[in-house]
Amino acid sequence: MDLLQADFTSLTEAVRNKKISAVETTQFFLNRIENLDKNLNSFTHVSTTALGDAQLIDQKISQGDHIGPLAGVVFGIKDLLCTKGMPSTAASKMLRGFIPPYDATVVSRLKNAGAIIIGKLNQDEFAMGSSTETSVYGVCHNPWDLARVPGGSSGGSAAAQAARLTMATIGTDTGGSIRQPASFCGVVGVKPTYGRVSRYGIIAYASSLDQAGPIVSSVKDAALTLEIICGQDAYDGTTSDHLVEKFSQNLNGNIKGKKIGVIKEFIHHIPDARIAESFQQAREAVEHLGAEIVEVSIPLTQYAVPMYYLISASEASSNFARYDGVKYGYRTPHDKSSNLSLDDFYSLSRGEGFGAEVKRRIMLGTYALSAGYSDAFYLKACKVRRLLRQQFLDAFEKCDVIMGPVTTTPAFKLGEKSVDPLKNYLNDIFTTSTNLCGLPGMSVPFSSTTEEEHILPIGIQLTAPHFQEQSMLNFGYAIENTQPAKDFRKLKPYVY
Amino acid sequence: MAHEINEDLIKHIARLAKLTISDEEISNYMPHMKKVLNHFSELETLDTTDIEPLITPVDLKSYLREDRAEKTISSEELLKCAPSSIGQLFQVPPVI
Repeated sequence: MDLLQADFTSLTEAVRNKKISAVETTQFFLNRIENLDKNLNSFTHVSTTALGDAQLIDQKISQGDHIGPLAGVVFGIKDLLCTKGMPSTAASKMLRGFIPPYDATVVSRLKNAGAIIIGKLNQDEFAMGSSTETSVYGVCHNPWDLARVPGGSSGGSAAAQAARLTMATIGTDTGGSIRQPASFCGVVGVKPTYGRVSRYGIIAYASSLDQAGPIVSSVKDAALTLEIICGQDAYDGTTSDHLVEKFSQNLNGNIKGKKIGVIKEFIHHIPDARIAESFQQAREAVEHLGAEIVEVSIPLTQYAVPMYYLISASEASSNFARYDGVKYGYRTPHDKSSNLSLDDFYSLSRGEGFGAEVKRRIMLGTYALSAGYSDAFYLKACKVRRLLRQQFLDAFEKCDVIMGPVTTTPAFKLGEKSVDPLKNYLNDIFTTSTNLCGLPGMSVPFSSTTEEEHILPIGIQLTAPHFQEQSMLNFGYAIENTQPAKDFRKLKPYVY
Repeated sequence: MAHEINEDLIKHIARLAKLTISDEEISNYMPHMKKVLNHFSELETLDTTDIEPLITPVDLKSYLREDRAEKTISSEELLKCAPSSIGQLFQVPPVI
């Protein structure tokens, strides 16, 4: 069996029929990590128990015991998610060495379905960034061109997936952190509707925006992952009891007669010719499949970036109050000093434990929530947020799904964007609205461009109404099976 | 709104956020905060009269799980995560 090409369906069938064992599968990917990850730095921790877990799956099969639908599928997990007995550090000095005594619900659901957790994946510190350059473990590289970033914050997930160091990964998306790296690395990434996936055990960044989702090699694998990880959870009161469909069984790629919205305010201002050309190709491709393109107007999208940064920084400044150097995480070595006040103890632990971008956002959020300013900043942003959501809901009266670019450019070079934080923030223009409105969104690999003899992938973004993942995945499936997406899938990254 | 971002304000915010920051960080944050907040002032031009703030993006029914005792994580396991502990207690430096 070719494990580089295998999808979930072929692998789980082969494992069930003993054509390949879960142990062989796990060993194959462990070897790939060992041989190839020195080029990428996509893993922050490689599991020492994965082979044992795989052995248990194989034992169950030989004894004829029940095994889950993902039996033998090897998953890498973003370091932001808690994994029992395995370091979970959000790629921060603040949590270095933290080994949680419990699994995030996403992780326990995957394990119960028979998945093998092979390790933890690199990311921007506390998911704050779009290049995986702020990780305490060092930068992660894009497997298509090592001089470029994999995107972020789930850059390790996308890079490991593109280089096929694992069969599947989980990322998280607060303002585009699944979709943007998926686009930069040429893989499929899905951010579900807010409330679809439990946030229990996911280290919080901005609680009204955070969602976990799959970064995988195909739309069908994404659908299969969502069938497992979606659903109400007693440990997260914001999860929905909305029916979790058998997403994978209803993918037919038939979008004939469907209406695809394109946002007027975005499509006439795509700054990069390569992205604009790819988007034009996508329009033609879906029209060729019989879908109709409808222009919709969502003027408030131009305010999405300031809204997003005010709200996410405010929520982060509140969430991050938990890091106090007492219960877990980093503690200042000055705690031995006899004349340290409690305030100094907290402030030193936090000042030394957090990295620059994290502190910058805590400062911004603290200011936006402080007395005299919260009405002008935080509440104002939340009011505009309601208006933005209404504009999206109105737009969805006219179309089934919205299609657009994911990013303003293909993957950029390491170090290129980190000098001016505001410039970095503005790159998130196409992805942040989805989170602000709680909508499901996904990135599908569609085409590529060539720079300095390196192929750079370009994805297409789809956004659907709340809880319409099924419809969105079907559009994604249609796009995945059209040109030039089919030709793109034959290309292999430089590290593979 | 004009945003007077000066050294004193940055120090004040850092105190509120309980962050020790260096002089170098203060001088880094000043121009950044100015730039970002001025950019964010764009929002002020929008009319939001009578609009309720949207705090959570999906109108979910809040629900409570059944109130029954169940075994969760033991205090021993949780205390293992602490930088310092004695018996069943978190240990902190003398602060009084």
